[in-house]
Order: sequence, then C-alpha cells, then structure tokens
Amino acid sequence: MRRIISMLMENEPGALSRVIGLFSQRNYNINSLTVAPTDDSTLSRLTVTTIGDDRKIEQIVKHLNKLVDVVKLVDLTESSHIERELMLIKVKVSGAQRAEVMRLTEVFRGEIVDVTPTSYVVQLTGTSDKLDAFILALDDTSILEVARTGVSGISRADKVLNL
Amino acid sequence: MDKKVEMLSGGDMLIRALHDEGVDLMFGYPGGTALHIYDAIFRQDKVEHILVRHEQGATHAADGYARATGKPGVVLVTSGPGATNTITGLATAYMDSIPIVVLSGQVTRDSIGSDAFQETDMIGVSRPVVKHSFLVQDAADIPNIVKKAFYIATTGRPGPVVIDFPKDVTDPAEKFPYEYPETVKLRSYIPPQKGHTGQIKKAVEVLLTAKKPIIYAGGGAVQGEASEELIKLAQTLGYPITNTLMGLGAYPATDKQFLGMLGMHGTYEANMAMHESDVILAAGARFDDRVTNSDVSKFCPNATILHIDIDPASISKTVTAHVPIVGPVKAVLKEMNEQIKASSSQVDSDALKRWWENIDHWRERKCLAVEAEGDVIKPQHAIQALYEVTAGDAYVTSDVGQHQMFAAQHYHFDKPRRWINSGGLGTMGFGLPAAMGVQLAFPDATVACVTGEGSIQMCIQELATCNQCDLPIKIVNLNNEALGMVKQWQDMQYSGRHSQSTYADSLPDFVKLAEAYGHVGVRIEKLSELNEKLAEAFAMKDKLVFIDIAVDQNEHIYPMAIKGGGMNEMFLSKTERT
Repeated sequence: MRRIISMLMENEPGALSRVIGLFSQRNYNINSLTVAPTDDSTLSRLTVTTIGDDRKIEQIVKHLNKLVDVVKLVDLTESSHIERELMLIKVKVSGAQRAEVMRLTEVFRGEIVDVTPTSYVVQLTGTSDKLDAFILALDDTSILEVARTGVSGISRADKVLNL
Repeated sequence: MDKKVEMLSGGDMLIRALHDEGVDLMFGYPGGTALHIYDAIFRQDKVEHILVRHEQGATHAADGYARATGKPGVVLVTSGPGATNTITGLATAYMDSIPIVVLSGQVTRDSIGSDAFQETDMIGVSRPVVKHSFLVQDAADIPNIVKKAFYIATTGRPGPVVIDFPKDVTDPAEKFPYEYPETVKLRSYIPPQKGHTGQIKKAVEVLLTAKKPIIYAGGGAVQGEASEELIKLAQTLGYPITNTLMGLGAYPATDKQFLGMLGMHGTYEANMAMHESDVILAAGARFDDRVTNSDVSKFCPNATILHIDIDPASISKTVTAHVPIVGPVKAVLKEMNEQIKASSSQVDSDALKRWWENIDHWRERKCLAVEAEGDVIKPQHAIQALYEVTAGDAYVTSDVGQHQMFAAQHYHFDKPRRWINSGGLGTMGFGLPAAMGVQLAFPDATVACVTGEGSIQMCIQELATCNQCDLPIKIVNLNNEALGMVKQWQDMQYSGRHSQSTYADSLPDFVKLAEAYGHVGVRIEKLSELNEKLAEAFAMKDKLVFIDIAVDQNEHIYPMAIKGGGMNEMFLSKTERT
C-alpha cells in the first residue's frame, strides 16, 4: 500500500543522507521525496512516499524514528490528510493542438505559465493521481519535459506535526 | 566569581574532553591528519594510547574492551585508509550493539571534496554501520560533540559513533574556551528508561498461566546489565532458560535450569523446548535468523511471544510479538519480578513438572557428547580442557567459525561479559585484538582467545602490539588446517567439494611465528598430552602463549539446524537427524 510519511528533522548537514541511506540500506522503496526548511529554521520537513505492506511500513517508521536527526514523524495516510504535488510540463503545441491543450489545462485547473510559438509550459497542482491523469490525457509525442516536485502533505483538522 | 575559562586548541580539547568523559584508554594508529591530536596525546598523561598494528585491530580492541567492561571503547585513526580500515570494526560493533567511539582525522575543511591526499568521505562511508556520526565544522563545538557522541553510543540500544575531525579544527595555533558540558539533552533522541507497566502486567499474566514456558535471553541482557534480574525471574518461576550466542553468561550455564545455547548450533534440548513451548519470554534477543532458522512460519508454532527490547525496531521485525514491551531489559525484568511477587496467580506447578520431564527426556540425548578416537584431539576436547584448566573463570574471546561454536557449546559461562565474540557480523580476525582490549581492562585476569588457523591470520599483526604492551593472552588455536565451517557446509551441501577452503601445504609454523613476535609457542598434537601441556601454557602467567592445537580435521559441529525447517529440525551427527 502507498504511504506518505512526513517528518521533522534537524536542519543539520548529513541528515538527509541518513534518511535516504536508510531506505537503500534496508531495501525500502522511495517513490517521491520532498524536503525544505520550515518556519523553524532549525528544522526541515521531509515527506516521502513509499510502498509496502503493514509490516514493512511499521519497520520503516520505526527505523526512521531511530535516526538521531529525526525529531518527529507521522504517517499521513493513517488518517485524513491533504496531499499535493506540483508539476511543470513542457508540451510541444502547434495548430489546433494549442487550443486543445489550453482547454485541457482549464479542465484540470492548471495554468499555462510560458508560451512560445511551438510550446507551452503548463503548471498543475493536485494529487499525484490527478497529475498522472493529465499526462495520460496528453498525446505522448507532444510531451517535451516533465518536472514534478514529489508529494507534500499535511493532516486535516487539529492533528499537527510540530514540536 | 566567574570561573576562569581555559583556552585550548581543538586537539587539546578533544583529549581533555575524553579525560573528562572518563576515558583512560584508547587504541589507535597515527597519520597525517591526526598528527595535531597525536601531539596533544604526547603532551599529557591522563589518557593512555595503545598503538595497534592495523586500524581494524584498534576497533576490535576497543570493542573487546567495551564488551568486557561495559564502558565505551575509543579509537583514534587518521583519514583515508586509516578511517576505512575501521569499517569492519564499526560494522562488528554495530551488529552487536557495542558502544565504541571512533575518532577519525580528516583533510582540512577547505580541501574536503577536492580528492586531497588520504581523503575519504568517512561520514558517508561509515553511515550504514554507525548509530550516529559527526563532522566537526567548528573547533569550539568539540566538547559538545564529544559529550553527545558518548551519550548516544552508550545509551538506548548502544552502538558505534564516529567523529570526523578536519585537521584544521585541531590546529594547535587556534585556541578556544574549553568547558565540558555536564549533561546533554537531544530533542530528537530520547532513549526509553522503563517499560510500559500495562504491557508488563499483560506479559506477567501470560507468563504465569504458561504450561510449557521458556525464557530466551540475548545480548541485550548482557549489554543491559540485566543478569541479576534475569536470574531472579527464572529462579522464582522455575522456568527453563536458554541464551543466544550473544547472551551466553547472562544466566549461569552450570545452573540446572539452563538448557544451553539455542539456534543453528544450539543444544537439542534448547531447540526442542523452544519449538514445543506455549510461552516464550524473549529478553534482549532479536529473533536473529541464526536462531529462528530460515523459515519463520515454522518458528515455534504454539508459542505466545512476549518480547522485551530497548529497540522498538527489533520487535516484530521477523517474528510477531504478541506482547511487545519496549524498554531496557533490566528495568522491565525488575518490574516483572515485582509484579510476580505481588501477583495472586501462581505458577502451574503440575504442568511445569511435566514440562521439565519432557526437557529431561530431551537432555538424555546428550547432544554435545563426544567420543574419543585414539589419541586424536577433537576440537570439543580442546575447549573442555580449556574450561578445566581455567576453572571456568577466564575471559574467552573468539574468532569466527567452528572453533567459535565449539567454544560457545563447551565453555560454560557463569558470568556475563566473559564470552566475547562477533555474533552478528561474524568477523574473522576479531578474537586477538578483542582479547587485547580485555587484557588491558583486566591486567590480572586470564584471557583466552579461542581461534582457528584461518581467523588468527586475519589480524595476526597484533601479536606485535601484545609484545609492546606485555599482554599475556593465551591464544588457543584449534588448527584443523582448513576453513572448518566452510568445509563443513561444503561437505553437507556441496557433496564435499572443498572449494578454496583448504591450505594445509602453506600454513605457517605457528610456534616459530609466535617466537618471531617475541612470544612463546606451544604445539599440542595428542589427546594424552592435551591437559598437561595446556596447563603448562596457562601457568606462564606473564607471557603470551600461542597454543597451536592439531585437532581432528574431519569434525563437524552438531547439532546443526536443517535449512528451511523449524527449530525442532536438526542434524545431530553426520548420520543422525531429528
């Protein structure tokens, strides 16, 4: 099952490599990874999406918690949450395609953020599924480049990941 | 009035911090980037430095010191090859949860990343085999980092920690105010101090209703100093107890409730009792594959498992625990003992009596018995003789292979921290340097290194360190002229094709080799002279004696778990299986 694990870790050199190293060392999957500082400059927030059965996820969570640099951790998928990913996608467009891609972007509530006579850059936010669907809706041959941020997420309501 | 703050260089701060941390002994090998630190060592007399002959030896020596004393072992090496040579020792300590701190030199801060001479990314290279590591970026942080490193290494589930020192942060020309912190607190690292009382209560209830209980204690009971509480628990309940390879000595081996070691080369009675049990109390043991055998679905099918471990990640990793208890084994067992005392429930003594009858029946197979064949020395004979000659009271270090298993089976450890071996990683070359660490910690103790002619050659250079430091270690070399364990597997699984496991025509003369290093060498070839010659060797109290014992070259170690089977499936001899 797909899980989104979010953690606060010390904003120290080497902290990120310990998290990533743990995944490769124990043969766990990383589907996506995002990391950036938070409002507290001593902390970074890292979000990783991974796949595994309950037993494996339990081990991943326990081992991440053991890392000295990891301060606090939550499996967002355990409860109601919001997940978002941002994608920038460069599409080759000419003739009738220009209007079609524009319509498709509107349907997906995206934005065209760069326009040239032969291409668009579309910016799209949403769940990973939504971004996948947009890619599928496009003609394969028209896609020039895809840049996705990976998943970021937050729990709904009162539940917070904070110190 | 303000205390006058001392100004010290980074190198001096490090050595002072070690002293303030209580370190009086370290092992190491100098080199370019560590020279400021070595100069700081030269200019003081508080912390003694033992010069090894290879950095791997330094890590094993520090590890042996830590295992025997419970105090952290300390290593100092230079950058590049000095640092990478500690990796096997770090991995050994990591697998067995041993607190050691490795201090490595590094190239100067401004040359990190430039492929400078003797530069290695030590933090990166060591990352998978350390509990934590630090790269010193600012000399003023040294006291704090040292404090944190020792705190992390020795608390919770212990483990190795690396501190990497760029040469310029130890520069004698730059001085900083020195103050060693008295305490340390890390918001991201809070080791558990006790177990959950509700969980302990649940475990005690299950334990007291058991009909076929067994206590299975591991290295956590030794490292966690829980022997006293473990003995009390087992003896109050009257339950059978088995120890893992790492747990030997946690419960006295000569006590009647002790069933011997369990696992791949465990006793018939210990493995059968595990398999047939209805309740297993695992105390500081991690259900290693050498215990459970390869197919965990066949592991102890009727047992309710109560699992105490300080590391939550060890619980339900391979075998699901029905009652998990996260906490230090000592504190948890203490609370269990109190709850048992206060409980209105009683042990089911009729069931327990029948259970012991079962166990005694298994014991009658005498799975460790060995028959003499003429004047040939069986490896078991050699260990039995060692046990007698040392009155069972030696510190025994071991290397890895058949000799290690023979020692674990036939030397009966009655006290914790007496059996010092590389259990998790299985590091050949561990035994001799580990024995150095033990002998330095306990100069008057009898320290025996049980080894084989394969393993001993992996860190043989340390014989020179033993000479320099006058370490009267007794090396008991079970010489079967082959890599015995490899050969046994090849006999059993590869139709006896001994691929690269024999070298009889190229073995050194160990007696002459010992003499060349300034020690005494003794060769023993006949069973009839074994006890006497061994006693003579051990009587040389102030000498290192290399005792080269020619043992039966065809002996296998049994019992041996049958791959893919349950714990009740074992070979008992070359021709017999359960």
